[in-house]
Amino acid sequence: MLAQRITQHSARRLLAQQPTLTRFTPPAAIAASRLRPQTRHVAFQPSATEPAAQTQPAKPSDAYAILAAQRLNRPVSPHLSIYQPQMTWYASITNRITGCALSGGLYLFGAAYLVSPLLGWHLESAAMAEWFGGFGAVTKGVVKFAVSWPFTFHSWNGIRHLVWDTGREFGNRQVQVTGWIVVALSVVSSAVLAFVGMGDGKSKGKGVDEESWKGEFKSWKG
Amino acid sequence: MAALRSTTSRLLATTRPSTLSPFLRRTYATVDPVSNLGEAMSATQSPVSPKHTPTINEPAQSPEARTKTFHIYRWSPDTPTEKPKMQSYTLDLNKTGPMMLDALIRIKNEVDPTLTFRRSCREGICGSCAMNIDGVNTLACLCRIPTNTSHEARIYPLPHTYVVKDLVPDLTQFYKQYKSIKPYLQRDTKTEDGLENRQSPSERKKLDGLYECILCACCSTSCPSYWWNSAEYLGPAVLLQSYRWLADSRDEHKIERKEMLDNSMSLYRCHTILNCSRTCPKGLNPGKAIAAIKKAMAFT
Repeated sequence: MLAQRITQHSARRLLAQQPTLTRFTPPAAIAASRLRPQTRHVAFQPSATEPAAQTQPAKPSDAYAILAAQRLNRPVSPHLSIYQPQMTWYASITNRITGCALSGGLYLFGAAYLVSPLLGWHLESAAMAEWFGGFGAVTKGVVKFAVSWPFTFHSWNGIRHLVWDTGREFGNRQVQVTGWIVVALSVVSSAVLAFVGMGDGKSKGKGVDEESWKGEFKSWKG
Repeated sequence: MAALRSTTSRLLATTRPSTLSPFLRRTYATVDPVSNLGEAMSATQSPVSPKHTPTINEPAQSPEARTKTFHIYRWSPDTPTEKPKMQSYTLDLNKTGPMMLDALIRIKNEVDPTLTFRRSCREGICGSCAMNIDGVNTLACLCRIPTNTSHEARIYPLPHTYVVKDLVPDLTQFYKQYKSIKPYLQRDTKTEDGLENRQSPSERKKLDGLYECILCACCSTSCPSYWWNSAEYLGPAVLLQSYRWLADSRDEHKIERKEMLDNSMSLYRCHTILNCSRTCPKGLNPGKAIAAIKKAMAFT
């Protein structure tokens, strides 16, 4: 590095003394610097106590390794936490969560039902109906809504996806509108599934539903 | 070296301007040499909140100033062990141009020369200044600064990319993926008359909405599927380009092009989330192009 500087410096001085050399000097200076093997000095981060930066010679062939080492330290820019909440990706992740919850719940219940005789659990329909019948009206509605909404949302959004698969409704406005339609439809249909018919059970008196259901279950069994 | 540059030289710089003429005098940033956080970097770390970083203020305050705060993501490879942080700057909108890029350029010119970002054309045709502004990927040059000064702007690099420095993301993988789809006309035969490859106006029309893509990577880096699978999934921008060649009546390698996409990752990691179409600063519809590829793959 130092030798290179001295060469350039002397070349410039020569140039200053003999202006006629102007045309030839720059190429000569470049050529001179190319004659020697190039070594670069890589700076190391000094500690707080060391005032000056230390350098260490590195060959051009080391460049890749230095770059690779530097890249290991790079952060990944923030993503989920900073992206604006939009109908597009929020609907998509809800679709996935509801799908996983529904299928996961089905598998879990199915597996529990299979092993229940071994473990002495009562997961038969009659026992479940009796257990559920013991809840208050509000609790019943909330629990039913919590189960039915993932189902209705996933179903309506599934239809939205089927429409997309035909290559239609891809405009930004349509995506927004169909998204809100799916949300509205899912809430309404889920509320219907959860709350309609509850009044009938009440008017007939508590326990009527369970009794009739039990009878039905027995007759079906027999 | 890095620490030297960020502390000593800047401290010297702040003392030096007194000897300069007022014309040459420049305002240098007075960034606090960030306290030794000493934490090792990890990909999942969120940047230090602007509450914990010093605010750099508008150089010359005027009484009728419309001061707006900008929180900007900062990370420097010179100090790799320091956490990324959100640096706050205040600017007088009366002295700043209308676009986000104008604000960034003004910060770099007048407030903090260490702020790093890419920009070139300032008119939305080069795609260099793609970044995440207020939660949405867009081009800084096409994004107006909201004049509401109570709203604080937040600027991040393109989401889920490796950061080179500050707002500069590493798009190497993105460009490699673009190369992998062979983005050029492939023909084995010559035209009958040996002249150029001609198209009818209706065939040419099929390329509208595809050829305008400037590969700014806004759509790809807005796609959650691309965030998690960028190693194998091509992403909306590259798939739109892929469709641009599938839709070209002059191209003769359509079967090979489709075969290349016929696996579980390259194309079918698209789950029709449609953040891509929503965010495209050029108003294109990558989601629709991907749906068209899927349809073409299903019906052949």
